[in-house]
Amino acid sequence: MTAFLDISGVSIQFPRSPVPVLRDVTLRIEKGEYVSIIGHSGCGKSTLLNIVAGLLPATTGGVVLEGREISGPGPDRAVVFQNHSLLPWLTCYENIRLAVDRTVGRGMSRAERAEWTEHNLALVRMSHARNKRPGEISGGMKQRIGIARALAMKPKVLLLDEPFGALDALTRAHLQDQVMQIHAELGTTILMITHDVDEAVLLSDRIVMLTNGPNAQVGEVLAVDLPRPRDRIALAADPRFTAPRAAVLEFLHHRHAAPATAAA
Amino acid sequence: MNALSRKPEAAPRLASAPLPALPAPSRLAPVAARVLPPLLVVAALGILWEYAAGGSGATLPPPSQVWADSRELILDPFFDRGGLDKGLFWHLAASLTRVFEGFFLSAIAGVALGMLVGTSPFAMRGLDPIFQVLRTVPPLAWLPLSLAAFREAQPSAIFVIFITAIWPIIINTAVGVRNVPQDYRNVAAVIHLRGPAWFWLVVLPAAAPYIFTGLRIGVGLSWLAIIAAEMLIGGVGIGFFVWDAWNSSNLSDIIVALFYVGITGFVLDRCVALLGRLATRGVAAS
Repeated sequence: MTAFLDISGVSIQFPRSPVPVLRDVTLRIEKGEYVSIIGHSGCGKSTLLNIVAGLLPATTGGVVLEGREISGPGPDRAVVFQNHSLLPWLTCYENIRLAVDRTVGRGMSRAERAEWTEHNLALVRMSHARNKRPGEISGGMKQRIGIARALAMKPKVLLLDEPFGALDALTRAHLQDQVMQIHAELGTTILMITHDVDEAVLLSDRIVMLTNGPNAQVGEVLAVDLPRPRDRIALAADPRFTAPRAAVLEFLHHRHAAPATAAA
Repeated sequence: MNALSRKPEAAPRLASAPLPALPAPSRLAPVAARVLPPLLVVAALGILWEYAAGGSGATLPPPSQVWADSRELILDPFFDRGGLDKGLFWHLAASLTRVFEGFFLSAIAGVALGMLVGTSPFAMRGLDPIFQVLRTVPPLAWLPLSLAAFREAQPSAIFVIFITAIWPIIINTAVGVRNVPQDYRNVAAVIHLRGPAWFWLVVLPAAAPYIFTGLRIGVGLSWLAIIAAEMLIGGVGIGFFVWDAWNSSNLSDIIVALFYVGITGFVLDRCVALLGRLATRGVAAS
């Protein structure tokens, strides 16, 4: 029985570095699952995501998506980048439309592509800013366009690279709710990199904790047994929320404290 | 009692009532704040010049002398008495035409070569050392060679402009193409954007601010070079006008011409900057 997304024995070592960044990371993700990868800065979380995205080649091991080994980047593994990476000379609509035209839009008529672009703008509630350029909208709005662009590719797996890291707490909460809602509506498989414990527990079905890099490995995998839809206010004091939260904090701050903290 | 009973009606009206109008800001004050300082400085410099050049041993004419000698030249730039006896407008127009022809050619060749050097490591390694050496050759040093090659003044002057403006255009374009951010490369990789589409949709817009920086430096250098080149090749043109005025010891005419040269160069620079702002939709630095 093979998993939907099968990361098996992935190690990566950069040239001129004595130790690998990641060693023997194995992870099986089921269809529709929401999995978070958490760890301290520099532990190789983003490197792992880039390997799944196909932007970096694994030194050993490989990634299999729906029975096919990945061999480069592609729209079936759309990425939402931490810094949104929108093209600043295109409007919000044009940014999404470019992705549509180059990927799922190839078999569509012009009208269908336009409609699909508008649909994805509406999905992240950004229709009102369709003709604005990225420089004219807030950070949270840019990230919503980034999410819409990724979803417009109809990806098999949505890869989120610390998508809310650069946002303020209120905007972040709002976007997290929106992502949960989209996940519930579309049933997309999501792999998210984060360093925010609350975010990981609130959004994920499973949390993968990485040990400190270099030579980072999967330290522990924690299943979050919370019914969906999840409500952040109702859950704040719920033991089913606080217990996994405490477990992740314990992992990050006691057993695998950040190198700088441990040295101090 | 009356006041109390009226309160609930009044409250919602107050909430939506417009704020009391602010005193209208003076429209003249900011304009004056911008215009007055340069006017004052120019006036002060003029007085200083008048004083410094007013003595008996002065070698250069004071402003009052310039005005007296060259009033016709200042007030009527459009007269044309045939030959080289024309108003400054005609001289400037002749120089500008040469600059536009040379600059246009160097913009096309420079952007194309910059793109090549920016994208191909082989072209970069092969051509960059040559560019680095050639760009240090002063513009006028090319003039004898180009006169020998073209055997005519006009194409030689245009070639000097071309060779002067092309280096900053090539170098800036290449830097812009090489510096397409990794973020955009990642996005393009995910959506399989390759070949000409990648080039037109990502590389060119990402490099546009750099390209316009190169064009701006190029047009400035062209204007510097044309004045010097025209002094040597003669004919109608602001450079030769200055040289001609020197030969007839007409210092006032030279001073007037230099003002025109400066203002024209400034306008040229602003025109290219404006073009860049329009083309890059405000991304390029002004």
